[in-house]
This record gives sequence, structure tokens and C-alpha cells, in this order.
Amino acid sequence: MSSQTVVVVGSSVGGVRAAQALRREGFAGRIVLVGEESAEPYDKPPLSKQYLAGEWALDRLALLTPEATAAADLELRLGVAAVRLDVAASQVVLADGTTLDYDHVVIATGATARPSPWHAGSGVHVIRTLADVDGLRADLAAGGPVVVVGGGVIGAEAAATIRTLGHEVVMVDPLATPLARLVGPEVGRPLEELHRRRGVDTRFGVGVEGIDGSAGNLTVRLTDGAVLSAATVLVGIGAVPNDAWLADSGLLIDNGVVCDRYCRAVDSDRVWAVGDVARWQDPRYPAEVRVEHWTNAVEQGAAVAHNIVHADDLQPYSPLEYVWSDQYDWKLQIVGHAARGGRFEVVGDLSVDPAKGAVLYSDDDGLLTGVVAVNWPKPLVTGRRALNAGAADFEEFVAQMRALFAKVSAPAAP
Amino acid sequence: MKVQIDSKLCQGHGRCYDLAPDLFGEDDEGYATLTALTADGNVPEGREGDTRLAAANCPESAVLVFEEALK
Ligand SMILES: Cc1cc2nc3c(=O)[nH]c(=O)nc-3n(C[C@H](O)[C@H](O)[C@H](O)COP(=O)(O)OP(=O)(O)OC[C@H]3O[C@@H](n4cnc5c(N)ncnc54)[C@H](O)[C@@H]3O)c2cc1C
Ligand code: SF4
Repeated sequence: MSSQTVVVVGSSVGGVRAAQALRREGFAGRIVLVGEESAEPYDKPPLSKQYLAGEWALDRLALLTPEATAAADLELRLGVAAVRLDVAASQVVLADGTTLDYDHVVIATGATARPSPWHAGSGVHVIRTLADVDGLRADLAAGGPVVVVGGGVIGAEAAATIRTLGHEVVMVDPLATPLARLVGPEVGRPLEELHRRRGVDTRFGVGVEGIDGSAGNLTVRLTDGAVLSAATVLVGIGAVPNDAWLADSGLLIDNGVVCDRYCRAVDSDRVWAVGDVARWQDPRYPAEVRVEHWTNAVEQGAAVAHNIVHADDLQPYSPLEYVWSDQYDWKLQIVGHAARGGRFEVVGDLSVDPAKGAVLYSDDDGLLTGVVAVNWPKPLVTGRRALNAGAADFEEFVAQMRALFAKVSAPAAP
Repeated sequence: MKVQIDSKLCQGHGRCYDLAPDLFGEDDEGYATLTALTADGNVPEGREGDTRLAAANCPESAVLVFEEALK
């Protein structure tokens, strides 16, 4: 394969890690990594955490050191978007008019923050890119109260960070508790309490009707009639896949690039997709799924690299869902299915400061389905292994975690 | 190649020691450690790929890999 070319479109974690994985798999041809943004490839999770807080400078977000780029022999084409994919000609067309011929193309264009449906003059932000966060920080620097719309991972993290920076913060979400798409109220309530203890005014179960005004002088009208004043508004209401550039490619595009179980576009065996933009047929589920989590982008990149290099040994991709979130002193880690579990048990205590514990979930057959850990990684990694091995007995797992908790929380011997 | 775990950065996502269990271990709480094979900070000959794999999968960039100067 030394004369082949793989073009990877998208230069964030999915694209970069897929490119590196191709080398680990032994791919000896040319690898071109195309990225729309001109910044060196950077990682997204710190954008709502350390980078927004001003604790980390840009260099801490780098996904590639110059040594790693050289070690993987990657050709970077940054600052130029791919505007079209010509599947028949096996060509990627770039915004500067140049084209790249490929033997295989990996689509890793990720997602964009869902734009605010409420239009004010200025001062309403989203967080997805470095430029987004730089714009938000510039407005925050002027001070004043902040309304965060959305209590999902990004909204709740940003609310915590902005509160810690000293702003008055109101967090609004029509769902009942924070992170409601990932975890139930057994985790969401104590998390909301944490936000309240730290001084965030939380308004769950309430929607936004409209936003008026401009930066420094915004009003946010809520569905319960309340009217909030804000200098800055952050809208964190989800993300949409960056697939518009593929509209005339002839590929099946439907909430992402639709792929088979090998993460290969259903219409072309030379087109692959990874990360937030990929919607693939996970053998465990009846319909294709799209996952917007960091480890998924990395693992899917590795799976695609394997399948490109080993065409005679295609492996279906069926990862265990994993996501984490950092809010104040909470390090939250979620593996498997937490919200859909039939039963749960709490080990430790999430209501104390500092919290330490885990919530363990089971299905109706008494098998472990998921783990949410707070400030205690052990149940997460033990749970992940049990879930990977399959058919882990829930009662046994709970007993094992209780024993572990007793051990780590026991007062040190005199 | 050399490797270190930055324990100030490690949050116990457990990717490194799941992917390369002989190169990385875990402590009682689930945070990463080096193992007998890597305790001196040197990656055993032939295991560079697994070390890079662990580093690529660490969400906190806490697996610090030092590539040898390219000849
Ligand atoms: C603020 C924030 C915090 C997060 N925190 C967490 C967390 O704590 N834990 C967790 O598990 N996950 C977290 N995530 C999710 C995680 O970061 C994403 O799942 C991951 O970034 C997906 O990677 P990706 O490469 O698929 O897509 P993206 O990161 O979206 O990258 C896509 C890249 O493609 C480029 N691109 C787009 N269109 C084109 C084009 N036409 N041509 C060329 N290049 C293009 C973009 O510029 C971008 O660089 C967070 C996400 C955000 C935004
Ligand atoms: S993958 Fe990174 S954060 Fe996770 S245990 Fe290993 S070093 Fe720590």
C-alpha cells in the first residue's frame, strides 16, 4: 500500500487519531490531513473547561507535537476547507480550488454547535471552536451576569467555569435536571445542588422564549414568564454534523454520513467516516447511531484505520459508550447506559462536598448496564471491563464496589 | 523512546492500562502508574506502537511520550 494515498478531512481528534492509527496499522503510503481551521490541530474538551477558564494556553490543547507529526509522516493542509467530494473521480475538492486524489478518504469533519434559534444583536455565543471561545471570553471580560441556555455537558461545564470566574450565572433548561440525556435524576439532582451551592441560579424545567438586546444589555424571556438580564448569553443546545459539504457527493447523508458496520459509507467502499459526523450501523442496535464523545472519535479512528489497511479482515465497530465531564470539583465519568437502566444502586455519596461515589445500573435481567462515577475512577474502569466481558451480575458488582469503597474511604490506620 | 505518567493530569480514564496492561498499571483508586516494564521510564524495544496507542487514547494527554530524535 506504499503508493496509496489516504486523505483525512477534518483535523481534530477524530481525524488526527485516525491518521496516526493508519501508521500504527502499517500503512506506508501518503497521508494528507485537511483542516478548515488554520490553527494547529487542537482538542475540544478543554474549550469549556481549562481554556475557557484561562488556566490553559492554546499549546496545552495541541493534538500533535511536531515530533508526532514527523513520526507519523503526516502532510498537513490546514486553513483550507474541503468543499466537495467527487466519489466517481476519487477526489476531494478544496476551497482554494486544488484537488486531492485519494485511494481512501476518511471523513472526520465533526459537528458544529447548533446555532441559537433566538436572534439578538450581539453577545449570544456558542462553544465549539477556538474562535467561539475567544469571542465568548472577550465578552466575558467586560463583566456582568451570564445566562447559560442548556444544561447538557457543554452548558453545565461552561456554567461551572463561568461561575468560577466570578460571574453571576443563571442556567436554564427545559429538561428536569442537568445532563438529562446521559444520566437520571439520581445523578442530575446532586449535580444541580452542586451548581446551586456554588452560586448558580438554576432554572430546570423552563424553556427560553426569546432573547433581545445586544452584548452588555440582553434580556432573556423564559416560558414561565421570568425575564432575566444578562451581559452575555451562552447557548449550548447540542450539535449538528458537518455534512453539508457532502450534499452533492451522492453519498447517503442523513444526520451524518450513513455507514455500514465497518464505518464505511454505504455507497462507496473507499469512503469512511469517524467521530461526531459518522452515523454507523452498530451491530447491537436496530438503527444507525451517531455518538458525540471523545473516546468514540479516537476508537472509531482506530477501527477505520484497521479496516482500511486490512481489507481482508474487516472488523465491525461496536464500542462501549464512554464520556466524562468536569464541573467544579466533580470529575464525572459515565460508561455504558446509565439513563436507560431499570434499577440502580448508589455507592458512596454524591450529595456531600467533596463528593465521591458511583451509581451502578442494571437491566431487568439483573445484569450490569452502566456506571456513573464521581471523583472515583475505580468503579468506572472495573465496570468497563465487566461490561466488555459481557453478562456481569449486578448484585455481585454492587457488592464488589461497596467493598472497594469501604477500603478507600476507611480512615487511615493510626 | 521514553514514557512518563503525569499524575497531576491523570484523571483515571483508564485507557492506557486497558490498552497496554503490561506497560501501564492502576493504583487503588484507578489512576495510572508505570509497571515493572516501564518503571525506569524506558519503553521496551518493539513496544513503541503500544506506547503511542496509549498516549493517543489518553483524554488528558497524561501519557507523556518522548520520541527519540529522528535520525
Ligand atoms: C466544548 C466541548 C467540550 C467537550 N467535552 C467533552 C468531554 O468532556 N468528554 C467527552 O467525551 N467529549 C467531550 N466533547 C466532545 C468531543 O470533543 C467530540 O466528540 C470530538 O471533538 C469529536 O471529534 P471529531 O474529530 O469527530 O469532530 P470535531 O472535534 O468537531 O472536529 C472536526 C474538525 O473538522 C474540521 N472541519 C469541519 N468541516 C470541514 C471541512 N469541510 N473541511 C475541512 N475541515 C473541516 C473542523 O474545523 C474541525 O477541526 C466536547 C466537545 C466540545 C465542543
Ligand atoms: S488514559 Fe490518561 S487519564 Fe486515563 S488513566 Fe491513563 S494516564 Fe490517566
